[in-house]
Amino acid sequence: MPEALHPAALLFIGALVAPLLRGRARQGWLLLIPALVIYVVFTLVPGEYGVRETIGIALTPMRVDSLSLVFASVFAIVTLIGAIYALHVDDVVQHVAALLYAGAALGVVFAGDLITLYIFWEIMVFTAVWLIWRRGNIVSLAAGYRYILVHAAGGMALAAGIVLYYLQTGSVTFDVIEGGGLAFYLILIGFMVNAAVPPLHAWLADAYPEATVTGAIYLSALTTKAAVYTLIRGYPGTEMLVWLGVVMALWGVVYAVLANDIRRLLAYHIISQVGYMVAGVGMGTIIALNGTAAHAFTHILYKALLFMGAGAVIHMTGKAKLTELGGIYRYMPVTLVLYMIGAFSISAFPLFSGFVSKTMVVEAAALDGRAWVWLLLSLASAGTFLHTGLKLPWFTFFGADSGLRPKEAPLNMLIAMGIAAFLCVFIGVYPAWLYAMLPAPVEYDAYTTGHVLWELQLLLFAGVGFFMLLKHLGGEPKISVDTDWVYRRALPATARGVQRVGGAAWRALLDAVIGRVRAVSASVSAHHGPQGLLSRTWPTGSMLLWMAVLLALFLIIRYA
Amino acid sequence: MNLGKLLEALVARKTLLTRLMWVVLAGLVIADVMIPSKYNRFPWESIGGFGAFYGFFSCVLIVVVSKGLGYLALYREEDYYGEQDNDAGAPGEQQEPRDA
Repeated sequence: MPEALHPAALLFIGALVAPLLRGRARQGWLLLIPALVIYVVFTLVPGEYGVRETIGIALTPMRVDSLSLVFASVFAIVTLIGAIYALHVDDVVQHVAALLYAGAALGVVFAGDLITLYIFWEIMVFTAVWLIWRRGNIVSLAAGYRYILVHAAGGMALAAGIVLYYLQTGSVTFDVIEGGGLAFYLILIGFMVNAAVPPLHAWLADAYPEATVTGAIYLSALTTKAAVYTLIRGYPGTEMLVWLGVVMALWGVVYAVLANDIRRLLAYHIISQVGYMVAGVGMGTIIALNGTAAHAFTHILYKALLFMGAGAVIHMTGKAKLTELGGIYRYMPVTLVLYMIGAFSISAFPLFSGFVSKTMVVEAAALDGRAWVWLLLSLASAGTFLHTGLKLPWFTFFGADSGLRPKEAPLNMLIAMGIAAFLCVFIGVYPAWLYAMLPAPVEYDAYTTGHVLWELQLLLFAGVGFFMLLKHLGGEPKISVDTDWVYRRALPATARGVQRVGGAAWRALLDAVIGRVRAVSASVSAHHGPQGLLSRTWPTGSMLLWMAVLLALFLIIRYA
Repeated sequence: MNLGKLLEALVARKTLLTRLMWVVLAGLVIADVMIPSKYNRFPWESIGGFGAFYGFFSCVLIVVVSKGLGYLALYREEDYYGEQDNDAGAPGEQQEPRDA
């Protein structure tokens, strides 16, 4: 049986050792481990490793194939980028959490069976939450708890689904989930919670903007894309996902219009972009699944870059709201330029990475003749450029001068952003590098005249619309309610209402019972108490008299 | 070269840049009309300049619909959930929320 070093093991060991180190040694370690992980992942040979049987269940802890490798590769790359970006952070808890979290994400994509998958799935939840909590304020604490609760619910659906699936099929091998019964839907719900599919998506836009500046990079990359991987593996061609994906793509765009917090805007665009991937999984054709995997790869890099740019602004200015930012391009020009590379990539401008992956998913819709899907995904594309490429940078870096005079971000942050930016352009210019990693051979050419002309017109004329409507597009000092309203307002309010009404009813009931008990006790005391009729001692003679009366009555009744 | 200064110089020439942009936009539409599309899976793919129309239309539609939803239903004041940073209470002890 072949053996291989599981990259997750490397990250877990790295996490154990990191707290023992200090200063430069720890920084070196935090870079060395992800670098080794990249090496290990890129040299893995496809196959199944560590196969064993435990209590009669066949487990495959590590399955290496082209699909798991494309996700693992980009997870490994973004882990190193995130580590460089976080190098100045002294809080070892965050570093340990990040390494464990990345390890668990790799564990998920390499899991060949559902039990291994579930274990790593849960580790992801309980490590990721520390990247939120370590922001160290009340809001992040509350958001972190909500994060755990939502994912605990999703995890329970997944666990229940896995048990049912095992009972039905006798196997826990993780491949296409067949059936369409309860197990099918429970596992799907578990995956959909992590992929942030509406209405189960609100945890993402709730928690990510409250995470630490550096922790948000890992968060933006790992959880949703690990879930996209599980959807590709388990649910290709599930028609329902096409429309859920389209709804996601548009939902994120709508809320991004309303967002004022720059990282909340970006978080909603994660939901929007993952919508393309979910729709791709739903279409399930070879080009759609290739496009989904490709888009996950490019998305992780450009979204990390965007979060790093926004994080650098927050780190240097202490402000996160469009209404409080503006006019800082002179002071953070490198951050602006690197951010814009991410923005052009997510918007799918030709020569940037999103163009070679997003158009593949949209093309898949065209080949299937899905006109509405095609039109709506294109509409969401225009919306993406509108917010990530225009609104956010305009009101953060240009627009009205906020009076902020920040310095340029620290060198380690700029280097991390530079690496991500380089990869965004590299993939955009040389897509063959990415296409060679995809699960199936690629017969798609992004750079046709038709595609380039269409995309440029779509985006640039959306830009015309932006500048025409500019005065309506600034941030507003408001928040928008999303489906988390249900568990942040409706359910607590219902609970309070139940408590209030129920409490009153309970008190009324108690009063009634107590009143009744008092009455009974008063009557008992009246009749049986020291002065009570029934507790008096009677003379024996009167008893004889009554006995005689009873006997007389008996005789009369019996013989009358 | 100082990147900040370069950007400042570009911003100072924004009128010129805007005009250049209009030329690029016009050029794109003209090119799209002149070059016959190889795609005809959907009827609109052979209409020159449809992308320009659709991009502009999408932008306006997204802004109008989203802002409309915001004002009609979704916007709340920032402390709607009673969780602003300056709150003294622990997260479990949210004060009675005020209604928007």
